[in-house]
Amino acid sequence: MKRVDHVKASREFLADEKHVEFHDKRLWTLRTLRDQAAHGIEEWEELRSLASGIKEHTLTHLAGYLEEFERNATKNGVIVHWAKNAEEHNRIVHEILESRRAKTLVKSKSMLTEECEMREYLEARGITVVESDLGERIQQLDHERPAHVVVPAVHKLASDVSRVFSKTLGTDPANSDVHYLAEAQRDATRPLILNAEAGMTGCNFAVAETGGITVCTNEGNADLSANVPPLHIASIGIEKLIPKLEHLGVFIRMLSRNALGAPITQYTSHFRGPRKGGEMHFVLVDNGRSARLAMDDFWYSLKCIRCGACMNTCPVYRRSSGLSYGGVYSGPIGAIINPTFDLKKYSALPFASTMNGSCTNVCPVKINIHEQIYKWRQIVAEQHELPFIKKEAMKVAGKVLAEPKLYRVAIKAADTAVAKLPRAFIYNPFNAWGKQREVPDAPEQTFRDWYLKNRKEK
Amino acid sequence: MSSRNAILASLRAAQRKPTTLPDVPMFDAGLPPALDKFKGTLAQMGGIWAEMPADTDIDALIRARYPDAKVICSAVPEVAGTRRIEEVRDPHELNDVDVGIVRPRFAVAETGSIWLSETQFQVNALGYLSQHLVALLDPADIVGNLHHAYHRSEFFAADYAVLMSGPSATADIEGVLIHGAQGIRSLTVIPAPRVRAFE
Repeated sequence: MKRVDHVKASREFLADEKHVEFHDKRLWTLRTLRDQAAHGIEEWEELRSLASGIKEHTLTHLAGYLEEFERNATKNGVIVHWAKNAEEHNRIVHEILESRRAKTLVKSKSMLTEECEMREYLEARGITVVESDLGERIQQLDHERPAHVVVPAVHKLASDVSRVFSKTLGTDPANSDVHYLAEAQRDATRPLILNAEAGMTGCNFAVAETGGITVCTNEGNADLSANVPPLHIASIGIEKLIPKLEHLGVFIRMLSRNALGAPITQYTSHFRGPRKGGEMHFVLVDNGRSARLAMDDFWYSLKCIRCGACMNTCPVYRRSSGLSYGGVYSGPIGAIINPTFDLKKYSALPFASTMNGSCTNVCPVKINIHEQIYKWRQIVAEQHELPFIKKEAMKVAGKVLAEPKLYRVAIKAADTAVAKLPRAFIYNPFNAWGKQREVPDAPEQTFRDWYLKNRKEK
Repeated sequence: MSSRNAILASLRAAQRKPTTLPDVPMFDAGLPPALDKFKGTLAQMGGIWAEMPADTDIDALIRARYPDAKVICSAVPEVAGTRRIEEVRDPHELNDVDVGIVRPRFAVAETGSIWLSETQFQVNALGYLSQHLVALLDPADIVGNLHHAYHRSEFFAADYAVLMSGPSATADIEGVLIHGAQGIRSLTVIPAPRVRAFE
């Protein structure tokens, strides 16, 4: 296990201005579209409260709802499996494929199978795994993790995709036309879908009342993966449960609006039982979720519906990209979920935040993301996982902030310094705040000076 | 202990304080006229609304829209097509379909979605392997919003059901919108009242 160095990894991303600029702008566009869509729904805030309330209720009754889901799914002819961890999940999937002599598995995007590192596991056992989502396929062919939960290749420019496809799909390396690249992937993937013996999807919502699952895609690739091959396997995180079908109304209204600003995904697909002559398996996966449910400060993160809005709005994510988080989940949600898997490895992630709270404000299920980030920082500090410089700097800051007089002197000195000091001093290698960003001009007077002059009764 | 029981036991051991399940309202006061709203959101999602000219029939309209189509696979009685879906045994046989014809059970104004299950498709892959899809929709079948959609009883009888809202789309490369990412390249909805006598 190597500790993820988020700062170092972001520096690599920041080195290329073209990428940073596009990435920042594209994600901010998604955030803006999200706002427009949300503001178009009068009851938006009420929907957030309902979504949060439904998820909270389900999580506090999760064992019962899982039993109900299993009972109904079994009644519908689905074979239900349970996996305590990633290893067991992968083994179950492999056994199903092996017993059906399946050599090729075509699948839609699933963060859970990323979490389980299923592709690597199956490929080592001679199974060809084909990601059918365009962004996910780009990442698979480039041997990279998805950089975003909704738009996996958002950190790449068309020229990067052209480079990947020319090496793997045989496209013209000089052609970076987006339509050409997308069409090449469509043409290359279609025969793989037709030849696959098995299809796999993830799951956005699992409904206890019907025993069915709901999968949301824009490409219809989950529907192709599940409706063409005779065998459909779905990997389901146990936190995906909701009690009733009618609750989908709340979540589906919010998911794509919050993710991309669209009223719904192009395809919202409901799988309840196998096709005539077909076979369907559900694998219910824990992999750390029941342990997280027992964590008083962090169980709330299990409400997450993976819309990605917290990533789009986060200034740190937009300027460092998903890969710099070094884990399956990135952005603010990654900063609070990854440490539940491995605190030592991901101890830097809670510090990849400005604590502006925007993530919490856009979260459709009201997860207190920035408060959890703060909690993780406390835990990291208590367990002595803070790097030396941060620790020493915090000690000094603690002293200064505790003493009003000392604070005033420090602020005055800092403002004078920003105004008077030569650039080379401010942007010296020891000042992390002067890296890859411009320090704003110091105000002409401090708030305290202004207050004393204008407001305080003399 | 089986993994199933181990997982259930650890969830119960977590002992979170139970909270109540909120009631979900229908949020249907003052909804806009369903047909107008549907046309607008369908267009937003990249779907095409095609009114039928008075002097033509559905067959002619489809022929006019897809002059190069060799295989038209129909799952509706109103259109003969070149292939009947009833004759298709295996989804793989649908890979050469240029245009598929279906009739959704209902539609949703809020999201521009049409609802299709295995009852309407007969072979589900018709909605995905075809290059283009044409849907005959009775304007009387449009519900106002997703809350109404998720109160429909058809969901409880369908092994597979989709809310389809336009063609297969992606913006995964530089945010450029592409129609026909994996599945259908276009979705056309034609208003056509259903024959109700036999239902």
